Amino acid sequence: MTIDTQQALFGFALRLGDTSLVLGHRLSEWCGHAPELEEDIALTNIALDLVGHARLWLSLAGEAEGQGRDEDRLAYRRDVFDYRNHLLVEQPNRDFGHTIVRQFLHDAWAVELYERLATSPDAGVAGIAAKALKEVRYHVQHSAEWVIRLGDGTAVSHAKTQEALDRLWPYTGEMFEADAASSALAAAGIAPALADLRATWAARVADTVAEATLTRPADGWMHKGGLRGEHSEHLGYLLAEMQFLPRAYPDAVW
Amino acid sequence: MNHTASDRKDWPLFEIFIRPKNGLSHKHVGSLHAADAKMALGNARDVYTRRGEGVSIWAVPAAAIAASDPADKASLFEPADDKVYRHPTFYEIPADVKNI
Repeated sequence: MTIDTQQALFGFALRLGDTSLVLGHRLSEWCGHAPELEEDIALTNIALDLVGHARLWLSLAGEAEGQGRDEDRLAYRRDVFDYRNHLLVEQPNRDFGHTIVRQFLHDAWAVELYERLATSPDAGVAGIAAKALKEVRYHVQHSAEWVIRLGDGTAVSHAKTQEALDRLWPYTGEMFEADAASSALAAAGIAPALADLRATWAARVADTVAEATLTRPADGWMHKGGLRGEHSEHLGYLLAEMQFLPRAYPDAVW
Repeated sequence: MNHTASDRKDWPLFEIFIRPKNGLSHKHVGSLHAADAKMALGNARDVYTRRGEGVSIWAVPAAAIAASDPADKASLFEPADDKVYRHPTFYEIPADVKNI
């Protein structure tokens, strides 16, 4: 399937916006529940950063689409099968270890992607990436330090972190999966080919995992489907909570 | 790094100092708990610099601060009260000089 640049921008911005939004919402679920007060604030700060990135990407998606949909409309009036986020980020928090491992696997990818997008010839894309990059660099530092702390911590924290890594690893392949939108933008030189991010991502992950005394799982079968709107059962519950207010009171304003 | 189960319960207290801008000195802004100094800096960033407050952070283990005893207040500070000659109050300040 060939698509034009505007359609490709719409698809790509939707993918990044949805991924940021869903992960941001997942992190926000820790608000008031994190193991330490300081970490509670850190996680909700990062959640807000991610929701901020989602706003920018979804606004860009709405403009590229040209159908008059704004960020709120895209965030709150689409159902599960219209969401294009990676399956990794909709996986439930389960425990702090799962949350941190999920975050690290995503952050390590996001920092590679945004570094390249920041030099995109498309001013809209480059602007969002440059702004997000400063935050994402902190995110990956934060989550990597926690992976090391937990992995190289107590026997219990080590076991839980390894379990999280094993469980979430099969969701990492999708981050590098090309779709029509990302391929078209790569061909146009606007975005990198996602497969090209894999080597540096894998090196960063391998370093951190080794320092954390964890075992990197083997690359086997990988989950797919998020890019086509085929999501795990978890996303429906997340959207139900996130979208309740705007759906119940459609024209509510602050 | 080898941690024991009790570490998490006893994260040490750090005092956080932030320099609001270049040229000014670091100012105490509060305290927080962290497992080590690196985490203290990260936590300080999240807790105390969310609204663009600073350009530099110091995290100091609270246990490393030697503090004066409030009971010693009289002997420490009051002797200065009746030594007015130590204060530069006998000079006339020109009207145009603002920041003295």
